[in-house]
Amino acid sequence: MTTAPVVKTVLESECKRMYLYDDFDRTLVTERVAEFRDQVARRLSGELTEDEFKPLRLMNGVYLQLHAYMLRTSIPYGTLSSEQLRMLAHVARRYDRGYGHFTTRQNIQYHWIKLEELPDAMADLASVGMHGLQTSGNCVRNLTTDQWAGVAPDELEDPRVWAELIRQHVTLHPEFSFLPRKFKIAVGASAHDRAALAIHDLALRLHRNASGETGFEVMVGGGLGRTPFLAKTIKPFLATRDVLSYVEAILRTYNEFGRRDNIYKARIKILVHELGAEAFAKEVEAEWRNFKDGALALDPAALAEIASRFTYPAYARLDDNPPALAQARRADRDFDVWMGNSVADHKIPGYAIVTLSLKPEGGTPGDATAEQMDAIADLADRYSFSEIRVGHEQNLVLPHVAQRDLPEVWRALDAIGVATPNVNLITDIISCPGLDYCSLANTRSITIAQELTRRFRNLDVARDLGRLHVNISGCINACGHHHVGHIGILGVEKNGEEFFQITLGGKADEDAKLGALVGPAVPYDQVADVVEDIAAAYVELRARPDELFVDTVKRTGIEPFRERVYATR
Amino acid sequence: MPLVKGGNIVDDRYVRALDDAPVPDGVPVLVPAARLLADADQLVARKAPIGVIWPNNRKVAELAPWLDRLSVVALVFPTFRDGRAYSQARLLRERYGYRGELRATGEVLRDQFQFLLRAGFDAFEVKKPADAQVFKQAAARFSVFYQPSADGGVPVQRRRLQTATAERAREAV
Repeated sequence: MTTAPVVKTVLESECKRMYLYDDFDRTLVTERVAEFRDQVARRLSGELTEDEFKPLRLMNGVYLQLHAYMLRTSIPYGTLSSEQLRMLAHVARRYDRGYGHFTTRQNIQYHWIKLEELPDAMADLASVGMHGLQTSGNCVRNLTTDQWAGVAPDELEDPRVWAELIRQHVTLHPEFSFLPRKFKIAVGASAHDRAALAIHDLALRLHRNASGETGFEVMVGGGLGRTPFLAKTIKPFLATRDVLSYVEAILRTYNEFGRRDNIYKARIKILVHELGAEAFAKEVEAEWRNFKDGALALDPAALAEIASRFTYPAYARLDDNPPALAQARRADRDFDVWMGNSVADHKIPGYAIVTLSLKPEGGTPGDATAEQMDAIADLADRYSFSEIRVGHEQNLVLPHVAQRDLPEVWRALDAIGVATPNVNLITDIISCPGLDYCSLANTRSITIAQELTRRFRNLDVARDLGRLHVNISGCINACGHHHVGHIGILGVEKNGEEFFQITLGGKADEDAKLGALVGPAVPYDQVADVVEDIAAAYVELRARPDELFVDTVKRTGIEPFRERVYATR
Repeated sequence: MPLVKGGNIVDDRYVRALDDAPVPDGVPVLVPAARLLADADQLVARKAPIGVIWPNNRKVAELAPWLDRLSVVALVFPTFRDGRAYSQARLLRERYGYRGELRATGEVLRDQFQFLLRAGFDAFEVKKPADAQVFKQAAARFSVFYQPSADGGVPVQRRRLQTATAERAREAV
């Protein structure tokens, strides 16, 4: 209790927002709301056709779905303040149906917003520095990074500073706002890749070279969809001073040569594939040399200015593993199980990173109610220096919890239904919205996820299966990242019926791989049975109890799984 | 299709001489790229201004030798979603130092005006008359920019640092 005043001081300081927006940022966001208000008015009056309105609304994250407009709001680097999370709860309550959906790109989506209320919802979000700028459309999308940035013990430095430098550079960029197709950039800075770098159009991995300097490995042309590719390295080491000019050279090359004749071949991955990574790199290098020492060379003062606006908590001096914590673990098995599953090491002694599972039994992966969001914001104020993170696995994170507070935090999280100890287990499913919301979907995906959480509701069974990522997409656009799921499930339509292709062995980490098809597609009502068969086959095939599912698939190949699944079908 | 320059609707003095149509004497003309390159010496030797309509799939480097004798380069937006001409505009202004009229043609709409200005365009064949009427307001929609651009606007990062320097200077006094 002696350190309680420390927490209080931080709460009352300017730490409320983790990235401090200044007047310039606020002006831009406010001007954006005014622009969108004008565009909506012109749409409602008929001055703009839906065709003309579409690209304008898309640039603000507004989609037209099956039932209503959908609003996607950017959460840069998945970092949220409690104040911002409360605003997300308010928008869910006031303009939607009382909940929001956290996505695989560290954003939140609202699925039931009325067109005429959109500008007001955006103005409310803008009051806490939030917006939907570039969350859709053929521009550079909001950047993503490690959801544990700034707290992970294995990171070289905080990747968000670099991501923010690039985010600012590409915001309303006059040259790159009408690219052939969308363009997603991810930045990573740790040995273990938690940002799924390999499936991005452009990935920048910060690392140290042999002489100890930090720079970026530059990878391009990753992406899923109907033609999945993993990103290829075009420059193993780019000096940090050159990061903006090199990104600009890549974007210019893509803008010039990217295909515009066919929407399905317009992503940079197709250009890199058709041209070859080496030839593409040559084009980029030739373009880059023209201006690399110009205005975009890194200005250390500018970088320092950006870095200074990322605030870090005033951590207390605490010891790791306080005795009371060990005692609490011994006293309560449920707490002990949760500790083992949802709590990770923090770079500061005495602190922990806590993942909040948004994957309860029978729930929609990634959904949170307004009440949950408010409660989590309050808990963040009390226990996590007012900060929350959103991970691409569609869970939330309290990034700075003192280890001695973990028993209390667990009870509070459990009370609001976000302490299911299934993080990284078979029921921690990534899923797209599917046919329940999306106009592109061929099949449902949420209901498959829900059924799987019921089949594997027994936590001992799920824990025995170990780390096992199930990713579900309701169509070939692959929003559920099925290609990189340990078990990937893809919905396809066959003669008007919902069928599902199942792949095994995909991975999205530093050892990324695309999954391989296990066999012919199966009908909707057999998907959960097939997953059970695959899990049973794994238990029989694994070399040791701690051989991960994905490693067993790698060792044995698909065949034994195929036999098991199709023997009786 | 109204032509906007300097924020105002103006008369277009240029006549388009497409394909094999004869180039009229003594009046400013715009010719397609192929025609300019085929007949460049003769065309630039005329007594009247000459401009070129340059497609968005051809390198502007090809145009570089003629730039000092051209008074208009018209770049093309076949649809407003096709953004290749933004890159061409920046290259013409920033790399090749072109200072003549840079005209946006094709599907040129209100919500692109500011992007176009910042990429270096200074003349606009606006598709809808209503958009041309509100050019000035639409072109002033945003006052904050994060990146250096062809129109010479001061990016935010520089303004931030200038503010910080000014504050330090005040404190020092």
